[in-house]
Amino acid sequence: MKRFLPNLLRLAALILLIAFLVHPELFEPLLKPLVQANAPAIYNQGSLLSLTLSHLVTVFTATFAATLVAVGLAVLVTRPVGAEFLPLSRSLVNIGQTFPPVAVLALAVPIVGFGEKPTLIALFLYGLLPVFENAMTGLSTLPKAIVEAARGTGMTAWQQLTRVELPLALPVILAGIRLSVTISLATATIGSTVAAKTLGEVIIAGLQSNNLAFVLQGGVVVAVLAVLIYDAFSAVERALARRAGRV
Amino acid sequence: MIEIENITKRYGDNTVVDTVSMTVEPRTITVIVGTSGSGKTTLMRMINRLVEPSEGMIRIDGADNRSIPGYELRRHIGYAIQGHGLFPHRTVAENIATVPTLLGWDKKRIAAKVEELLTLFQLDPAAFGPRYPHELSGGQQQRVGVARALAAEPNILLMDEPFGALDPVIRAKAQDDLLAIQKHFGTTIVLVTHDMEEAFHLADKIAVMDKGRIVQCAAPEEMLVNPATDFVETLIGAEERPFRLLSIGTAADAAEAGEAQGEPIAASVSQREALSSLLWSGREALPVVGADGASLGRVTLAGLARRAARPQ
Repeated sequence: MKRFLPNLLRLAALILLIAFLVHPELFEPLLKPLVQANAPAIYNQGSLLSLTLSHLVTVFTATFAATLVAVGLAVLVTRPVGAEFLPLSRSLVNIGQTFPPVAVLALAVPIVGFGEKPTLIALFLYGLLPVFENAMTGLSTLPKAIVEAARGTGMTAWQQLTRVELPLALPVILAGIRLSVTISLATATIGSTVAAKTLGEVIIAGLQSNNLAFVLQGGVVVAVLAVLIYDAFSAVERALARRAGRV
Repeated sequence: MIEIENITKRYGDNTVVDTVSMTVEPRTITVIVGTSGSGKTTLMRMINRLVEPSEGMIRIDGADNRSIPGYELRRHIGYAIQGHGLFPHRTVAENIATVPTLLGWDKKRIAAKVEELLTLFQLDPAAFGPRYPHELSGGQQQRVGVARALAAEPNILLMDEPFGALDPVIRAKAQDDLLAIQKHFGTTIVLVTHDMEEAFHLADKIAVMDKGRIVQCAAPEEMLVNPATDFVETLIGAEERPFRLLSIGTAADAAEAGEAQGEPIAASVSQREALSSLLWSGREALPVVGADGASLGRVTLAGLARRAARPQ
């Protein structure tokens, strides 16, 4: 019963979201009061569904790349050979996080042009830190007896990593990816300032034409996506952690 | 057979193990004892090359242990540690199958081995095989840890304080199980502990380490009678000597011809336990019976007292 209600709410949110994206005109009466007479209440300069999909593709591509690099770096610096790269790696991902994505966009556009690319670069850099720090924590706080046992049973360094260390660190790494995805979902909207196809387009169009309904629908879709994806990751993490006996 | 020759391990200026030489005979239990920081664990970990020595050589059945890669070597040497080190994300059956899987055994052979070991350790394969380690009690986890170490039928089993995390009742049971298993497989066991009680109970030979050196390596009786240094004597505990002496032999060894009344003593229990039974029952003598229930004579207070006295 305790789990039932939140799950019901999530399901309802998902159904409403899909309904809105497929048939936005059904929601027109709801949004009509927010706009001045004659102004459109539903975004009419493109399909909301295709914007949402390309928003998600951009976010997941950037996060996927950030995860590969961040986990790779974390694995490297937790090995004896890579230990000396820890301070360097940490500074690199920290710079990625402190550099504002807007500034990255501004710098990237002259180099790679308008469109998806600058957004991907900005999101990639912004997403590195949470994954890296969590992967570091996950890999360096494994119980000593277990790592020792993995070596003692005759696993090679690669087998220790893939069969014991990464599976055990996975719930913590996933938590990092979850943060990274959530941040990127919100941040991706600013990509539309440099012509990336994201839900930011709807928000920006609303701001430019003083159309509150546009701003609201862009913002709410992003927010609902973020909440649902966040919860889905949390559920996977819990399931993994429970199986590993950590809860 | 394990031959350790002039083995030394240094970390910087700190010599942890200092030119140690010893030989471990096949199918025996050698217990390395010593205080914390005496280098006993490091010495043991150099046998399966979890630690690489700075100098010296270790031969296993005549071959230098550096002649094959470390991981390959460790697959053929069982290794059990304190707190068992079971993989929490794998089931009991998968944990036990770790080394056979690494060695590439076929599935049927692995399944049969897992079942055999679980049965041997009195864990029902159907009930325990699919469970995860955190669903087991401490004693059960420890048994699975030893089962995993024995899965690939190694000739040698290294144990680092394997019973350290167990409560006294389960610990005694685990020690007896280990002795039975060692008889069953004929495994050569090297065990590190700081518990002298445990050492005298299990060991064919005890090696005492102090500050990185072996100060005495001898059979338990020999060590009791002729401790090489004051350190060994302190470690044994002077006031414990007669009882330690009794804890080495079994009641069967102390049996004398004759009849006695009272609750019979099993032939396999130690003389120390026999003495305890005599004292508690208030009798001068108790009958001894074999595993089949046949009478083997009796043990007497006077007989045990003679055995507990310093040998001349």
